[in-house]
Amino acid sequence: MHHTSHAYRWFLRCNYVILTVIAILCLFPIVNILAISFSSSAAVNAGSVTLWPVDFTLSSYRYMLQNHQFIQSFVTSLLRVVLGVSVNLLLTILVAYPLSKEAATFRSRTAYAWIFVFTMLFSGGLIPGYLIVKEMGLLDSVWALVIPGAVPIFNVLLMLNFFRGLPKELEEAAWMDGAGHLRTLWSVYLPVSLPSIATVTLFSLVGHWNAWFDGMIYMRSPEHYPLATYLQSILQQVSLQTENVTFEQAAMLNKVSDRTTQAAQIFLSIVPILAIYPFLQRYFVHGLVVGSVKG
Amino acid sequence: MHFNPKQFLRNIPLHFMILPGLVLIIIFSYIPMAGLVIAFQDFSPISGFREITWNGLDNFCYLFELPGFRQVVWNTIFISIMKIAAGLTVPVIAALLLNEVRINGFKRSIQTIIYMPHFFSWVILGGIVVDVLSPSSGIVNMVLKSLGMQPIQFLADNNWFPYILVITDQWKEFGFGTIIYLAALTSIDQSLYEASIIDGAGRWKQTWHITLPGIRPIMILMLTLSLGNVLNGGFDQVFNLYNPLVYESGDILDTMIYRIGLQEAQYSVSTALGLIKSVVSFAFIGFGYYLAYRFAKYRIF
Repeated sequence: MHHTSHAYRWFLRCNYVILTVIAILCLFPIVNILAISFSSSAAVNAGSVTLWPVDFTLSSYRYMLQNHQFIQSFVTSLLRVVLGVSVNLLLTILVAYPLSKEAATFRSRTAYAWIFVFTMLFSGGLIPGYLIVKEMGLLDSVWALVIPGAVPIFNVLLMLNFFRGLPKELEEAAWMDGAGHLRTLWSVYLPVSLPSIATVTLFSLVGHWNAWFDGMIYMRSPEHYPLATYLQSILQQVSLQTENVTFEQAAMLNKVSDRTTQAAQIFLSIVPILAIYPFLQRYFVHGLVVGSVKG
Repeated sequence: MHFNPKQFLRNIPLHFMILPGLVLIIIFSYIPMAGLVIAFQDFSPISGFREITWNGLDNFCYLFELPGFRQVVWNTIFISIMKIAAGLTVPVIAALLLNEVRINGFKRSIQTIIYMPHFFSWVILGGIVVDVLSPSSGIVNMVLKSLGMQPIQFLADNNWFPYILVITDQWKEFGFGTIIYLAALTSIDQSLYEASIIDGAGRWKQTWHITLPGIRPIMILMLTLSLGNVLNGGFDQVFNLYNPLVYESGDILDTMIYRIGLQEAQYSVSTALGLIKSVVSFAFIGFGYYLAYRFAKYRIF
């Protein structure tokens, strides 16, 4: 590794430049939107905003924070995240623990595991899924956004692979001390599983915050939309109006729609993710690799 | 294995733990599978399951005769295969480049940035892409104009649209895809490199003869597992980026299922299409997992 030829040193320099350019390209559109959200409409329409706000103003944010629908959707999303993540986490752990047992000690394990995994491979699809939610009387309720996806199978697999990687001696010691399954799970497994729990919490949290499609089909009135669905509906308004119109007309409509407020809404809706991302990032790489790539 | 009463008693709590999750997936995953029967009925949302009219394969025949059905199937497969190919190469290249970086802070910063778009939804990223690529005011076309080129209507041009889907898909996912390859790279036996240095191999030779063969099993595993996605073009992304001008090149099975089902309320036809998609996907997934198990000893759990 210490063999550094002239050519390799050149490669290294280029490599740093290439990676920096890639990272800038990744961030560029997001920074552009952020700059637009803090700029005046006039500057934005004149096309003078790239990476830095022009005529810095908070007016779009002020406008958004007075927007009743936006606030309501934000609150609905927060409620959905709290309920959804709690339910997901509880069920992930309760399902993953029994499935992590060897078939020799828990004979029904294989049958249970297949029942759960099969749902990842085959599904009834859009309409039958919609009909069952409707039949259960969940339409227009926040529970329609929480209950149908209550058991996230992918997270269960991550969690159970992590549980299986724990040393057998831990569990045996707990049994010697007279602990049952619940006690073992609670006082032995969970405290050592924090990296995995953090990972599945992150995935479930991001999933609930970002989910928009279920809000669109299960919520009858827009007042009940979670934030992502509300945002989707306003961002799509332009293209909905443009059915059967020419591209020039579409471009006109695009111009009059207020780009700065849309940018502000986009940015406000990613703030929660940006806020938790640095804390959980150090866990998910480890948690994901441990859970998915085995020996 | 004999029935062991002591073990059975000891395991009763395990059955209770799994029960709530089991009930929920039976209701929300297995009952909808039974609901697939409406593909063979003339199901009406109004009368529901009270009056059932069976119509055999009529819904399927109707679908196959729909103008544009073949185009949708072709679009789906074309978009998916390009995405799978890009998803296999771009993250590997990124992982190889990152692996050469010796400054840890730099490496971590780059990783933090390239993982990030994965955590935003297609609603957000779609909104950003539409804005950035807008022909009148988008930053990309402003750059093109300043270089003296004609603005390009990226999202309204059937020649561009599928490639925009692939590029923006990589923007969102390539960073996250590198995680697995970076992990695979760290598990390559370091003594192989030391031996090759003694043999006089340069960095390029090392990459070609040690690093790439070292991650080949993971690449093959990823490829076989992605087989199951051949009929998925990525609903979220397409739905948030397309418009009637690019239906010709961008309409995929999932968007068609949505339009027929929920916008036109033809529940049975939409379910028939969903059933075809589920069955074919299941065959592909099954085949992929079989190959992965056979050749890479991969198991789901």
